[in-house]
Amino acid sequence: MSYDKTALINRYKWYELIGIYAGIAVFLTFVLAPFVEGFLVSLKPLSQLFSSPYRFWPENGSFEAYRTMWVSVPGFARYIFNSFFISTVATVIVLLLVVPASYAFARFEFKGSGQLLGAFLAVNMFSGAVLLIPLFRLMRSLGVLNTYFAMIVPGVAFLIPSAIWLLRTYMMRIPRELEEAAYVDGAGYFYTFRRVVLPLATPGIAVVAITTFIGAYAQQFIFALTFNSKTEYMPLPIGLFAYFGRQEVIWNELMAASFVGIAPAMIVIFFLQRYLVSGLTAGAIK
Amino acid sequence: MQARRSAILFAWLLIAPALLYIAVIVAYPLVETFILSFTDASLKKTTNWVGWVNYEKIFNDTFGTVIVRTFIWTFFSVSIKMIIGTFGAAMLNSAVPGRTLFRVLTMPPWIVPMAIGIFMWGWMYNGQFGMISGMLQRMGVVDGPVAFLAYGSTAFWATIFTDVWIGVPMVTLYMLAAMQAIPQDLYEAAWTDGAGRGYRFRRITLPLILPAMITMSMLSLIATFNSFDIIWILTRGGPSGETTTMIIDTYHTAIGSKKYGEGAARAVLICIFLSIFCFAYFRVTSRLSQEHAR
Repeated sequence: MSYDKTALINRYKWYELIGIYAGIAVFLTFVLAPFVEGFLVSLKPLSQLFSSPYRFWPENGSFEAYRTMWVSVPGFARYIFNSFFISTVATVIVLLLVVPASYAFARFEFKGSGQLLGAFLAVNMFSGAVLLIPLFRLMRSLGVLNTYFAMIVPGVAFLIPSAIWLLRTYMMRIPRELEEAAYVDGAGYFYTFRRVVLPLATPGIAVVAITTFIGAYAQQFIFALTFNSKTEYMPLPIGLFAYFGRQEVIWNELMAASFVGIAPAMIVIFFLQRYLVSGLTAGAIK
Repeated sequence: MQARRSAILFAWLLIAPALLYIAVIVAYPLVETFILSFTDASLKKTTNWVGWVNYEKIFNDTFGTVIVRTFIWTFFSVSIKMIIGTFGAAMLNSAVPGRTLFRVLTMPPWIVPMAIGIFMWGWMYNGQFGMISGMLQRMGVVDGPVAFLAYGSTAFWATIFTDVWIGVPMVTLYMLAAMQAIPQDLYEAAWTDGAGRGYRFRRITLPLILPAMITMSMLSLIATFNSFDIIWILTRGGPSGETTTMIIDTYHTAIGSKKYGEGAARAVLICIFLSIFCFAYFRVTSRLSQEHAR
């Protein structure tokens, strides 16, 4: 057979095409509407926001709010720095813990290794709220409330399971022969891990580092909310939340601040989407 | 034999740091929560053993209502997420021009800081000037502004809707991955036999993504049950407690009112429910895989 069946069964009739595009349009409208609305709000002058009837498109839109919000959202630059700092340190800790562990889970099977892996993944089952009381008491007795430490250390635990899962899947795909060759040559386990496995795993480690960073940046809320009340240590979500909770919110500036805050994630999505989609779904199918 | 033992030792050495971390940050607090739930721990200096009092209080309190509400909230959020996510995946699985871009465009709600997405919803739900109220007025559905977060019933659905929005990208990408793992020759065989597109979807796609759907609803159920940020930012459990779920109530009790013992009892109850979910899930999946093997 010379024709490609796959191409034939995937060929759509014109009305099917319209149906699919309409479906995608409805779906993406739902997913993206808040971002579109938020962006339009950030372009509108405040007077237009608080006038009836509601208008979707801005008149005399400008990027003015992006300039003024640095002053009117107090501490904004500091929040951004804090978010980056917290996420970076968290990512480094996660990698130090997860790279060796996921190699062990990928290559060595021993009594109870399956259960142990399951136990790591079970961490995902608990939310921060369940562990909050003892952690709060622990942090208080250590005297580390209102420090970066209290916001970074508990959060790391919840980034570990998915990182192990992802990296283990990646490491299982590395051909075993190279390690065996090293053993035959008399190399020890540790030497083989460092000199053979680590270089081969670098792309996988990079993907895990990026997803962990995004996770840490996106999910810093409950621990930061509970363990820190000092403005100078607040990460972006908490800083903006404090602002959001006020009586009079300057909405166009809050939205401008939000868009500056999500810019890093957007840039990452833009450049790394290929790796992200395949990387994040790698663990999905056994 | 000697080499085997050293390999095991090496593996344990690699796992040990991560294991120790989890033990200190997750396992120890879990045990401590369990112990605290039988005490009257609070800001006071002394802590007394009180037995089952905290648990008895739970059911005398309004917590019974909170439990029921949590289940309803979770049920609707997960079901709607699964329906929209699977629909989205089916659309994005079509071989149409632009599909790579469309796939990327589903990701933002999941990848940006959750709190920021929720602020945007906070504005959209705004009664006076928000988009949803504004649109509804312009379309003539309602006469005056609707303050979605000010009334219990609308606030309840508003928080569900936002939770669905946050969860949909994950479901979509996961279901998409499941659909792409289906061997193409199954479709070809059905196509050769003259089966239409709808028939192929019902008879090939749906049965083969069923295991992934069960896994995803399980993960989604755990995440939704534990959902804190959305409700806390939008309503803090209000108005008059109508959006208070178990997690929110635990937070109010433990951190807000500093009743650590009573909060711990609520946390233990959450753990018990989650364990039951997971147990049921493993039963269902193992039965499914057995049927598959037959």
